[in-house]
Amino acid sequence: MALIDLGKKEVHCKIVYYGAGRCGKTTNLLYIYNAMSDNDRGKMLTIDTKGDRTLFFDLLPLNLGKISGFDIRIQLYTVPGQVMYEATRKLVLKGVDGLVFVADPLKVRQERNIESLEDLRRNLADHGLNLKEMPLVLQYNKRDLCETPVPTLSVEELEQDLNQEYQAPGFEAIATKGPGVFETLKEISKRTVNYVAQKHLFNK
Amino acid sequence: MPDMILTAKSVEDVKSIINEKLISENVQTVMVIDGAGNILAHCGQDADGLDAISLAALTAANFGATSQIAKLIGENDFSLLYHKGEKANIHFARLGGEMILVSIFGDDVSLGLVRVRVEELADDINQIFEG
Ligand SMILES: Nc1nc2c(ncn2[C@@H]2O[C@H](COP(=O)(O)OP(=O)(O)O)[C@@H](O)[C@H]2O)c(=O)[nH]1
Ligand SMILES: [Mg+2]
Repeated sequence: MALIDLGKKEVHCKIVYYGAGRCGKTTNLLYIYNAMSDNDRGKMLTIDTKGDRTLFFDLLPLNLGKISGFDIRIQLYTVPGQVMYEATRKLVLKGVDGLVFVADPLKVRQERNIESLEDLRRNLADHGLNLKEMPLVLQYNKRDLCETPVPTLSVEELEQDLNQEYQAPGFEAIATKGPGVFETLKEISKRTVNYVAQKHLFNK
Repeated sequence: MPDMILTAKSVEDVKSIINEKLISENVQTVMVIDGAGNILAHCGQDADGLDAISLAALTAANFGATSQIAKLIGENDFSLLYHKGEKANIHFARLGGEMILVSIFGDDVSLGLVRVRVEELADDINQIFEG
């Protein structure tokens, strides 16, 4: 649910990084946080799963400049991937405007990726949203692991598993080092802002 | 949950009634936030120490979690939450729909007063932003 403030000329959008536990969602936000200047980023809030808490997510607010005279403010969220945090994932998805699905290439995580995408589809449906109609970008993360002896999935295999239905743009990434992180962020921001703007700003 | 569009006038109107009912009674900070964690209006102390964005995000998620708890015990929702600290107290109230009013105040302000004033404000804020 975007917020459009006509007085301050600001558009606020919520983008959620989704995916199985340990696929690299928090690592994406940390990389972005470290790479942006103080003027363009807010405080990064990380509530991790250590200790006895009921809510876990990361939040990074960003300023992405102006479009048509409006300041674009984006809030990036991550969800906890572990199966048991279903309720938190659903809460974080409330009012989401755009989604990044981060896929883990490890062969042993193949089923987890598929389950997590299905969990996303279902949780959005519970909020009355259809994943097929929403801005979505896939990120094929941890591509550095594909050069090691651990069994991994190729991008084609991941596309086959995850992107047949959605035909979303996909980016290869190494979130720990940076490649692909900003490409993913730029694409999802662009799509999300267009999606919100088309609904409200330009068709008047 | 539809997108929310605020006009300069609606924000000013909401701020002015919040100032009149709460800030004038020494409540430090009042925020209206939506279910996604966006800040719709922010009044009172713009305390540098207060990380409003994080507070709004956590409040929205916390209220969502509490709604789930309410359902588990057969309640539709808890319409308000209150936490008492040593120096600062925080009061959260649902304004109907998805909006939440957050009030932060010290021991010089009575909880009873905050409750009454928040109740008086709820319909008006709702009408201005959603009506
Ligand atoms: N080799 C490698 N490790 C990564 C990459 N991205 C994340 N990781 C590691 O994967 C682990 C889990 O990452 P994290 O961001 O916490 O996952 P989250 O559960 O999705 O938030 C951490 O040890 C990261 O350092 C990557 O691109 N390559
Ligand atoms: Mg994480």
